[in-house]
Amino acid sequence: MKIFIKFDFTQFCSRILDEKLDELNIKYRMLNFGEIEFLEIVSPEKLKAFDLILKQYGIEKIENQKVILVQKIKDSLIDMVFNADDTNNVKSSVYLSEKLGHSYGYLANLFSEVTYTSIENFVILQRIEYAKSLITNTDFSLTEIAFKLQYSSVAHLSTQFKNTTGITPTTFQRIIAKRRSLKNTKE
Amino acid sequence: MREDYTYVVLADDDEDDRLFFIEAFEELKIQTKVEVYKDGIELMCALNQPEAVLPNILFLDLNMPKKSGLECLIEIKENNRFKDIAIAIYSTSASEEDIENTFVQGANIYIKKPSAFNDLKKILSDVVTINWQYHTNGLNKDNFLLRL
Repeated sequence: MKIFIKFDFTQFCSRILDEKLDELNIKYRMLNFGEIEFLEIVSPEKLKAFDLILKQYGIEKIENQKVILVQKIKDSLIDMVFNADDTNNVKSSVYLSEKLGHSYGYLANLFSEVTYTSIENFVILQRIEYAKSLITNTDFSLTEIAFKLQYSSVAHLSTQFKNTTGITPTTFQRIIAKRRSLKNTKE
Repeated sequence: MREDYTYVVLADDDEDDRLFFIEAFEELKIQTKVEVYKDGIELMCALNQPEAVLPNILFLDLNMPKKSGLECLIEIKENNRFKDIAIAIYSTSASEEDIENTFVQGANIYIKKPSAFNDLKKILSDVVTINWQYHTNGLNKDNFLLRL
């Protein structure tokens, strides 16, 4: 026996997207066909899960080439900040252009265009965030942290910390400690 | 997919401050959507609607009639539904006590209201840019403290 079927691709795809987005508990709104607006902040993990599920149906998220390159720049910079010991003090400009095969000028322009910030600011923010996590999760002293993050001195770290966040490392540490004890008394 | 704008909400009882706020955002490079409420009760009512789209950044004036910014902050921090909202305190007070206390209660940003419009633009632009960094780079929001 032979039967013939006809598809409505639009309906078919919309249906899959609806179901999968609901499964992942993502609030969304369908715009034009092939365009979805998320109505909330979606965590990178959820986005990844969404991508994986869609792949099974041959549906793929369209990524912008620029965005991909910017992500590569970020990954390289984060790698550089967190593994400061092995990169031997290479300047970020040299490091990036060698690693990604584009001139630094091109990369820097692209980066600002997509992220609204400069490569320099991004590196500073990442270093300060790393310092914050060391302050809150380890027993390292500020001197040790400054050394680990390749600051020339504690003063340099403290100044950059204050310039970036508006508060000193010591105040930061005190606030986080108070927050934790407040949380403990509530529970 | 339009994920490239920041949704900001302000609760402030001063009408001029609300107007400056809206105007400042209109002139920024980053795409934003702005909503304002005139007191804490109105704000919490809107946020507590089950269908409410939650802001990326919520600016709270500390001194408001009926329900103060601090009361809103505590209420918001107790509700897990609001855990992704970055909270900015937007106040005329610059007392160290207010600043530290609101940070301890869970605020992420403390802004002393500037008197010049250009300063306000600069500050709001910084806030949105840094918040955007936290959002797009998966940084730990628990460590997000910023004083301007």
